[in-house]
Amino acid sequence: MPFPVKKSITRLSLEDGRDYNLRWRTSFPILRKGVMSMPSRDEIFEKVQSALVDALGVDDDEVTPEATMVGDLGAESIDFLDIVFRLEKAFGIKIPRSELFPEDVLSSTEFVVDGKLNDAGIAALKERMPFVDLAKFEANPSVQNFPNILTVEDMVRYVQTKIAD
Amino acid sequence: MRWFWIDRFNEFVRGKQATAVKNVSLAEEHLHDHFPGAALMPNSLVVEGMAQTAGLLVADALEFNRRVVLAKVAKAEFEYDAVPGDSILFRATILELKPTGSLASVESVIVNEKGKERPQGKAELFFAHLEPGEGVPKLFEPEELLKWLDHMHIYDIGRDEAGNPLSRPDW
Repeated sequence: MPFPVKKSITRLSLEDGRDYNLRWRTSFPILRKGVMSMPSRDEIFEKVQSALVDALGVDDDEVTPEATMVGDLGAESIDFLDIVFRLEKAFGIKIPRSELFPEDVLSSTEFVVDGKLNDAGIAALKERMPFVDLAKFEANPSVQNFPNILTVEDMVRYVQTKIAD
Repeated sequence: MRWFWIDRFNEFVRGKQATAVKNVSLAEEHLHDHFPGAALMPNSLVVEGMAQTAGLLVADALEFNRRVVLAKVAKAEFEYDAVPGDSILFRATILELKPTGSLASVESVIVNEKGKERPQGKAELFFAHLEPGEGVPKLFEPEELLKWLDHMHIYDIGRDEAGNPLSRPDW
């Protein structure tokens, strides 16, 4: 006598005529969650853009990947606190202050000589902020120039690294 | 002298939300000549009232251990002007509260003589929480602050989230 195979219930029909496909209903959210947990670069950009539009009162067409946060978008120090809040909320991440503002490196006598970052300082920055494109800054690594290097694309890359963690 | 831009609290739920009232009066000198011929409360002062409502809510949530300063008006929109005789309700809600700063949204609503409410404006306010000595002078003497909180009836009507009355601090 064959062993009875237990068939799983995949459909549920209610007396009032409503019909549910249970397999679809249970598997779909899991599938969805799997997709949602790794947003694409464009999805991240859109959310970063909307956070910057809200925080800085700029138009969304001003928030291009190449735009610099301070020079082009006019972000001031207090805005960064606001932006950090909005990004933490939008992506469910934690952003420690030192990761976006490497003040300790920029004010260290070990790394800064005559207002410029030395090679060790640049190396320290690269390690701390791997998401930032430092090529331009390296040409003239004056501490004064630092606030102007961070771009929208750097912010997107930063969020990408945080989500991947 | 301090600039008080709210008269009292009607609702105060620690760490969450609060409603304050501001009664606009022709006895306020700035209304006389600010816009000659049109006595109205400038919306910049409405923002200050919003900031006092939300600022006290935030400062209380931090047990008055930080200097809460209005760092930024992230957004503000107004529909019309408040004039003498109007009662403005400021409804503040804390959106985010972190050790370094907070974000609050505040609505201003004017109640007409029939008791009907009409939205007047709304704003998103960002507060920085500074440690003593972080570039701002001391904002209040404790007794003076407590006197202000008493004027505002915070400890008469204030509740925590569970609905228990707030106890008046012993400064």
